Amino acid sequence: MGSITLKNVQKHFGEAKVIPSVDLEITDGEFVVFVGPSGSGKSTLLRLIAGLEDVTGGTITIDGKDVTEAAPAARGLAMVFQSYALYPHMSVRKNIAFPLKMAKMEQSKIDKKVEDAARILNLSDYLERRPGQLSGGQRQRVAIGRAIVREPSAFLFDEPLSNLDAALRGTMRLEISDLHNQLKTTMIYVTHDQIEAMTMADKIVVLNRGNIEQVGSPMELYNTPRNLFVAGFIGSPRMNLIEGEYAQSKGAKTAGIRPEHMTLSKESGLWKGTVSVAEHLGADTFLHLDVDGIGKMTARASGEFGAHHGDTVYLTPDETRLHRFDDKGLRIAG
Amino acid sequence: MATQNTKTLARLMMAPSVIALLVWMVIPLSMTLYYSFQNYNLLTPQNVSFGGFFNYQYFYTDPAFFTAIWNTLILVVGVLAITVIGGIAIGLLLDQPIFGQGIVRILVISPFFVMPPVAALIWKNMIMHPSYGVLADIAKFFGLQPVDWFAQYPLFSVIVIVAWQWLPFATLILLTALQSLDGEQKEAAEMDGANFVNRFIYLTLPHLSRAITVVILIQTIFLLGIYAEILVTTNGGPGYASTNLTFLIYRTARLGYDVGGGAAGGIIAVVLANIVAIFLMRAVGKNLDK
Repeated sequence: MGSITLKNVQKHFGEAKVIPSVDLEITDGEFVVFVGPSGSGKSTLLRLIAGLEDVTGGTITIDGKDVTEAAPAARGLAMVFQSYALYPHMSVRKNIAFPLKMAKMEQSKIDKKVEDAARILNLSDYLERRPGQLSGGQRQRVAIGRAIVREPSAFLFDEPLSNLDAALRGTMRLEISDLHNQLKTTMIYVTHDQIEAMTMADKIVVLNRGNIEQVGSPMELYNTPRNLFVAGFIGSPRMNLIEGEYAQSKGAKTAGIRPEHMTLSKESGLWKGTVSVAEHLGADTFLHLDVDGIGKMTARASGEFGAHHGDTVYLTPDETRLHRFDDKGLRIAG
Repeated sequence: MATQNTKTLARLMMAPSVIALLVWMVIPLSMTLYYSFQNYNLLTPQNVSFGGFFNYQYFYTDPAFFTAIWNTLILVVGVLAITVIGGIAIGLLLDQPIFGQGIVRILVISPFFVMPPVAALIWKNMIMHPSYGVLADIAKFFGLQPVDWFAQYPLFSVIVIVAWQWLPFATLILLTALQSLDGEQKEAAEMDGANFVNRFIYLTLPHLSRAITVVILIQTIFLLGIYAEILVTTNGGPGYASTNLTFLIYRTARLGYDVGGGAAGGIIAVVLANIVAIFLMRAVGKNLDK
C-alpha cells in the first residue's frame, strides 16, 4: 500500500516561502514525477514527504495515517539520493543489508533478501565490492537495492540519474520503469528533465516556484497544457509562443504551436523564415529559424529535410493543434 | 612532470633542500652516536676516552630506566585517549549550527597557541595549586580536603595538562573530517532507520578513521618528547613518578653532567621511538592507503 495525501503543505525557510501551499493526492501504485526548473521546490517537496524536512504547516498522510510529525524511518518510505549516498566503507552486501540490520532482522532473513534484491538488480557478482569500485550505474542500482529490501510503501527518487552520462541515463530510465512494473509500488520521482518525466510517469506534477502548475498524465500535459509555463516546459524542443497580430486574430494574447505541428515547405506557406541553424539527426530535422514578423521559431520535420544555414523555408501551423492563452497566461479552452 | 627533462630539472631544484635536511639530520645524529661511546663528563672534561658500551649499560641499569619507559607509554596513551575521545565529542558539538559558532571555534582552538611552559605554569599555580588553585577552591567550597595534584597524582596531572594543550589539535582535525561527511549519507542512514548511536558507529566513526589515524600518528611523535611540562611542574618527581624517557635523558646529561650517558639515552630513545613508529604504521597506517 502506498497512497500519499498532502493537504495544504507549506514550507518556509525564514522569510522565503519555498512552498506556499500544496495539495496533492497520490494513489497506490502510481509512478508520480515531480518536474520543474531548479528552485521550483520539487526536491523540497520530496524531502517533506520523506520527513527529512519539517513542514511549516499542513498535513501529510500516508495510507490514511497522519505522519506529519513522524520520523523519516517511521514513515515506511525508501529514498534514492542524487549522490546515491552509499556507505563508502561497507561492501555492497552490507550497504543493502543496512536498513534490515537497523530493523534488527534475523541474519538468515537478511541474507536471503539481499540475495533476492541483488538478483533483481544484476548485482550478484558485485556483492563483496566496495561502492568505490563500482561504476555509476552499478552504484545507482545498489542505492535502489538498499531501497527495495525495505519493502517500503513508496519509493522516493531525488534526481537519481543526473550524475550519469546520457547513454546510461537512457538504460537506467528503462530499468526503473521495469522495476515499477514488477513491484507495482508507489514511486515519486523528482527530476528537472522533462524527457524523464514524459517517459516514466503515470502522473506528472509540474512545479514552479513552489506552486503546482498542473497535474496530469504526460499526454494531458502535452495536449492541453493549463498555462504558458507548462506549455513552455513540457515538450522538446520547446513550444513556439507567438504574440501579436497572429495571436490576436485567433482571439488570444499568446498562441502556441509545437515545432512538430508545423508543415515545412521550400515553396510556400503562411510564414516565411530564414534558417539560422539546422540540426540533422537522421530521424528528425530541427530547424531554428528567424521568421519575418514573429522572430525566432523552432520547427521539426520527420526524417531528413534538406535545409541549411541561410536557406528560406516556409512554415504552416496545423491550426487544430494550436494552443491559445489569455492575458493571464491561462489556456483558452476549445 | 612527465618528461625526462622536467624530471631532471625537478631533482636539481629539490636537491638543496634534500641535502640541507639530510645534513640537518645526519650531523646531530652521528655526533650523538659518537658521544654515546665516549666517557665524557663535564665535571672532568679533560678525561675523555672511548668507553665502548659502558654508557648504554649505565643508562639501561639506571633504576629509573624502566619506570621512565613505562611513564612515557602511559603519558602517550593517556593523552591520546583523552584527545581523541574528547576531540570527537567537541567536534560533534561544534559541527552543530550554534550561535556565535566562529568565536566558539576560535576559543576551542586557543589552548594550542599557548606555549607549553606557560600552559604548565598556569595549570601549576592557578588551577592545580593545593592552596590557591581553582580546583582547591572548588574542593573547599564543597567542604573537601583540597588535592595536592602534583604530589599525589603527578603523572596524571602532567597528562591532563598535555591533553589540554593537544585537545584543540585533535578537535580541529576531527571537526574538518566531520564536516566533510556527506549530508546525503546521513540522511540515507536516517531513512534506513539508524538512530543517533547507530549513525555514529556505522557512518561517522568509519568516516573519521583516517583523521583519527592522522591525529594518533602526529601526536605520538610529539608526545614521545614531552619535556617542558614536566620540568615546570613536577621536575620528574616525586621520586621518578613523572619522569619520562626525555626527562631522564635531561637528568643524566644536564643534572649529572654526563654527556656520554645522555647521548646513549638519546640513542636508546631514538630506537624506541622508531619501534613505536613501525608498530603504529603497521597498526593504524593501513587506514591511510585507501
